[in-house]
Amino acid sequence: MSRRGDWVYENNGGTCVAIAGADYCVVAADTRLSTGYSIYTRDYSKICKLADKCVLASSGFQGDIKALQKNLSARHLIYQHQHNKQMSCPAMAQLLSNTLYYKRFFPYYAFNVLGGLDNEGKGCVFTYDAVGSYERVGYSSQGSGSTLIMPVLDNQLKSPSPLLLPAKDSVTPLSEMEAVDLVKDVFASATERDIYTGDKLEIVIINASGIQHEFMELRKD
Amino acid sequence: MKLDTSGLEAPAPILGGIDDLSVDFAAAQSFDLPGCADFDGFQKDAVQMVKPAKGTTTLAFIFKEGVIVAADSRASMGGYISSQSVKKIIEINPYMLGTMAGGAADCQFWHRNLGIKCRLHELANKRRISVTGASKLLANILYSYRGMGLSVGTMIAGWDEKGPGLYYVDSEGGRLKGTRFSVGSGSPYAYGVLDNGYRYDLSIEEAAELGRRAIYHATFRDGASGGVASVYFVGPNGWKKMSGDDVGELHYKYYPVTTTPVEQEMAEVPAA
Repeated sequence: MSRRGDWVYENNGGTCVAIAGADYCVVAADTRLSTGYSIYTRDYSKICKLADKCVLASSGFQGDIKALQKNLSARHLIYQHQHNKQMSCPAMAQLLSNTLYYKRFFPYYAFNVLGGLDNEGKGCVFTYDAVGSYERVGYSSQGSGSTLIMPVLDNQLKSPSPLLLPAKDSVTPLSEMEAVDLVKDVFASATERDIYTGDKLEIVIINASGIQHEFMELRKD
Repeated sequence: MKLDTSGLEAPAPILGGIDDLSVDFAAAQSFDLPGCADFDGFQKDAVQMVKPAKGTTTLAFIFKEGVIVAADSRASMGGYISSQSVKKIIEINPYMLGTMAGGAADCQFWHRNLGIKCRLHELANKRRISVTGASKLLANILYSYRGMGLSVGTMIAGWDEKGPGLYYVDSEGGRLKGTRFSVGSGSPYAYGVLDNGYRYDLSIEEAAELGRRAIYHATFRDGASGGVASVYFVGPNGWKKMSGDDVGELHYKYYPVTTTPVEQEMAEVPAA
């Protein structure tokens, strides 16, 4: 990839997962930061709190991701000054989509999962590609371990498609504790087979009472 | 180097004065371009790295009662299925639909942008924009970005003062008026079924079934298509979603499992 003299990207790896429930949202990411076969650090947070009920987990190039987080945080600060309230999660989701698309020709190398609570207090997860196409889903995984994790989540959580007519109820059937346990399990498994995932798992739980943080150790080899 | 994106700007600042705080942020945005000599090469490598979501079957056709629009719901990044629940039929307004084929982000963003432009036209002229006009707005935008790597293949379908309307618009600058289109990697399969079963005087139910069947058969033969077959109908009273079926289950509707006749029953060996 560094064949080109003007090439500015690097892949720092990492995996992000988010699960939405009826009244909660679990967002998790590992804390390993690497490039190629070398590990830069074992303690790098990939999760960023954007609003009271909205967090962003991103993998890809951490340089671009930091810039993206700063941009969104600044936009949110302006929003608070102009509207005297916190941005809702669906609004932040649209803002992130537009922000990514405005760099369509010079993309942020960032794969994002946005999790939080919507205006009705229901859990919501938005999943993105690097240039801003997005979708509201019940659960999602992005990053280097996503291909290992996503099939497991499909197996455990798959709910009827929102496109079906007549519509079927599609809420993740898990309780908050079960969701957290599932997240821990999938990360422990992904760590076994993905060299870019490991060291430590950072879990953020968003519910009506606020945001809780939790950590779990992962393999460090 | 910055592109002219004056078409995207908000007509007036919402709060004078307060905007001073946000010179860099609240100002109309423009597309960032990489500061390199070889734009095409950079684009090619960047696209390969971010692998935007692709792969589709969509179709639309005009008949006696109005327009049928149908699509699958799969998005793949290379060989990996990145989603099975993409909304490929975009609701521009209650009388107009757009379909999504090619880059997911390109289609989503520019259809949303088109929705804004159509609403502004409605407010300025006190009547809804024609399908002809809306498709031309989109075609002109896409043409202005020609050669920069956008990937859009869309159909704009709707009902206006002249009755049903259907246009095909793509990122190469093409804009065709017609009565029957299919776009995407599964389109050859969809065309086969569609052309075979099409008549102008189809009833709404028959037409919806034709659309559904064409999408199903495309998802059966095209690996990059799948998920849910959604069918919309646009008539004089606006669009209505007719059906959304998991193609995995549709398979058993088109090919019911028949119990094979047993030629000979296995006989119990009498105990010695």
